[in-house]
Amino acid sequence: MSDTVDATNTPGEKSGPVLAADGTPLKRSLRRALRRQKMSALLLIAPLLIFILITFIAPIADMLFRSVENEIVQDTLPRTTAILETWDSESGSIPDAPVFKALYQDIFIAQERKLHTRLGSRLNYELTGASSLFRKSGRGVGDIGEVYQDQFEDMNAFWKKGENWNDILGSDAWLAEIKSWKKSSGQAQPPFELRADIAEILPETAAFYKIFADFTQNEKNSNLYKKDPWELIYSSFYDDLTGANAARIDTYTGPGAAELSEAKTAAASFETVDYKVAFGDIDKDWVKMPIWDTIRAYSPRFTNGYFLNAVDMQKSEDGPELRPENQRIYYTLFMRTLFMSSVITISCILLGYPVGWILANLPARTANLLMILVLLPFWTSLLVRTSAWKVMLQQQGVVNDTLVWLGIVADDSRLALINNQTGTIIAMTHILLPFMILPLYSVMQTIPPSYLRAAKSLGATNWTAFWRVYFPQSVPGIGAGSILVFILSIGYYITPEIVGGTTGTFISNRIAYHISSSLNWGLAAALGAILLAVVLGLYYAYDKIVGIDNVKLGG
Amino acid sequence: MADTSATNAFVEFERVQKSYDGENLVVKDLNLSMPKGEFLTMLGPSGSGKTTCLMMLAGFETATHGDIRLDGKSINNIPPHKRGIGMVFQNYALFPHMTVAENLAFPLEVRKIGKSVREEKVKIALDRVQMGDFGGRRPAQLSGGQQQRVALARALVFEPELVLMDEPLGALDKQLRETLQFEITHLAHELGITVVYVTHDQTEALTMSDRVAVFENGRIQQLAPPDQLYEEPENSFVAQFIGENNTLEGVVKEIKGGTCLVQLDGGGLIEAKPINVTQAGERTRVSIRPERVEFNKDRMPEGAHTLKAEVLEFVYMGDIFRTRLRVAGTDNFIIKTRNAPDQVRLQPGQQIEIGWLAEDCRALDA
Repeated sequence: MSDTVDATNTPGEKSGPVLAADGTPLKRSLRRALRRQKMSALLLIAPLLIFILITFIAPIADMLFRSVENEIVQDTLPRTTAILETWDSESGSIPDAPVFKALYQDIFIAQERKLHTRLGSRLNYELTGASSLFRKSGRGVGDIGEVYQDQFEDMNAFWKKGENWNDILGSDAWLAEIKSWKKSSGQAQPPFELRADIAEILPETAAFYKIFADFTQNEKNSNLYKKDPWELIYSSFYDDLTGANAARIDTYTGPGAAELSEAKTAAASFETVDYKVAFGDIDKDWVKMPIWDTIRAYSPRFTNGYFLNAVDMQKSEDGPELRPENQRIYYTLFMRTLFMSSVITISCILLGYPVGWILANLPARTANLLMILVLLPFWTSLLVRTSAWKVMLQQQGVVNDTLVWLGIVADDSRLALINNQTGTIIAMTHILLPFMILPLYSVMQTIPPSYLRAAKSLGATNWTAFWRVYFPQSVPGIGAGSILVFILSIGYYITPEIVGGTTGTFISNRIAYHISSSLNWGLAAALGAILLAVVLGLYYAYDKIVGIDNVKLGG
Repeated sequence: MADTSATNAFVEFERVQKSYDGENLVVKDLNLSMPKGEFLTMLGPSGSGKTTCLMMLAGFETATHGDIRLDGKSINNIPPHKRGIGMVFQNYALFPHMTVAENLAFPLEVRKIGKSVREEKVKIALDRVQMGDFGGRRPAQLSGGQQQRVALARALVFEPELVLMDEPLGALDKQLRETLQFEITHLAHELGITVVYVTHDQTEALTMSDRVAVFENGRIQQLAPPDQLYEEPENSFVAQFIGENNTLEGVVKEIKGGTCLVQLDGGGLIEAKPINVTQAGERTRVSIRPERVEFNKDRMPEGAHTLKAEVLEFVYMGDIFRTRLRVAGTDNFIIKTRNAPDQVRLQPGQQIEIGWLAEDCRALDA
């Protein structure tokens, strides 16, 4: 092909790409010509694209990420989870003392930062009682640390003062800066720096003091130099004084060397704390298995726990298992949501099809007038429409009154039409009906009446003509309407909330509950992700069975 | 008007009226009778009531008054699907969700005809319109002409005795239309079916039909074979509507024997054949076909009345020359001459004399 073109266009050349008039390859000049069009098209949609990315896609991605995200356990209890990794949870015995010591350190820092209650409520989703356990422990850890603090302070009042701690642990340069710094000056507080070598002499103390310093300077915004240290510093100080590295303390020559040496000698005879016992005293749950199993199970940064929860399962020793019968709710809710959405979709088809037919076959003027009646509900607030159903359907409502008046229903056995599935189905069918009628109408409008006539002239009865000729051609409208109604209803929230009672609510109501009441966003995100997956799955199935190009919203 | 007393009538309209709104009659007092095997065309401008007549015959519209009979039986109260009339629609109306073969099998299926017979009949019907290889295709994959062939085959596959066609070739280009016109008439005669064909294309009507019914304003203006319709229009509407026609207005001066004298409004006296005029003093429109006008003095028919004319425009059309003249006050007098070696090409501005035979010149209603 290109050879013949070449032969006619450029007689001199035998082969090579087709060239444009100016000698550039034709393909390249075509691309260049189209690039400008593409760019301007992109520019035109850019505002919407950016808007959607920022306000829609990004939040949804973030929300979906929350369904597996589980950093809070590791972030709040970094030391505990690190040591717990080596703990054999199947041994049946609770972890050893080092874990409790790490737990003390973690919870102490967390309660200073007011993060322990958050972790408590996170773990409470998995283990009832975890929330109060952590709240109690937050109050209790102060007492544990005070044992060492009191002993050090009783021994020498030197250890009471924040200045002295800073003199020992801070670098000389930093000390010079902080001493001349005034809060009123408006300048930023010079960031704390550890004295050289002190991390080797008092490793634990230095490490926790650094945390304390950062917290005080950055989060509390108070002058570190004047601040008295946490109880935690005293307990780690004790650990350093009595630990394996204690001999190095004698090499220290900086400020407070004498007091340090004195403390080292005195510490040997200090009263010690058994962290395990101390936590047991705070709450008996700490010396039982469940909390430790839970913490261990939820230490990884990512978890499938929310998803397991969303399908009525839980983590256990032997992998995921079904929850006890009385705790399973989500499977039922998902099934109910799918079932009711199907019923609503089918009701909409049954009610909407004849309306679409009439609209499509009336003269344009009358059809437009009736179309306004179909669209009228759209212009009324959703809340108003739903509340109106409440008035209509209640036991002393219009529908029941009419039925009683007509003698169809006895006065003492009025129908329960609201606060149950019936109510939700009735109200939602009404609300979603236009979404069925509109695509049906626009598809039916494009089916020429001559098809029906042709079928009849060929000998088909009215029914055969409809069923064999008209109906197959209106299927794309049914498909489009059904997808619209089904997907809208599967995620519907307001109407089931108002008229659904307890048996007529959808999964979306549960998601809303977790978002706004229980604040278990992870679970809400997992439920939402499952819902999204179900919708996409159904869409995919529809595409495979009916074909998505068979969906028409209009001509 | 039509001969309603014909005893061998297959399709009959008797005093049929139709109104949609109760105020205006779309079809006024229609009487029509067709023998079996006739190819009848209903021709007329849009809104003349021809399609309404067809729809009443098919059963999709009910007559407001009167009787429609098929093979001697009144079909007024028979629903369309029981009439057994084949129909071809303007937009083909092939069912888009079925293949060509399924489309053809449809009328047989609803008649509960067995599968093997069905397939055989479908094959025969498709072969008949040279579409045998297209059975597995969808209508959308066919060209307009192919779709029309399939539509024709579908209307014929269940062997109806009467086939109605509602402007079936309207959407096709000229050449294809001519081919299909030829095919349709052949098929109709071959199968001996009766056809009622609706069109607004007069060439189509003239070339295809045994008889043509010219509709205007809800009435049949003339029902006649094509040649008669063209050469002997009974009123000025038919004369205007069928073919190109020159009209001169005037007053009848005297009638004697088979001719009359007409004094033209634009000056001049001509001889014409009285058709719708009965007495002197009546106003009339005189109609003369462009190809019957002679301007060559040597070939001028004997005894022809001549008129002075000025050439305004000469158009070369290939096989013929079309010349526009100013005659007796009108600028729209057309003459057509055959493109022959000895033919004169008139020049604009040239002064000539034109004339014709009195019998070619028909004095019609004013």
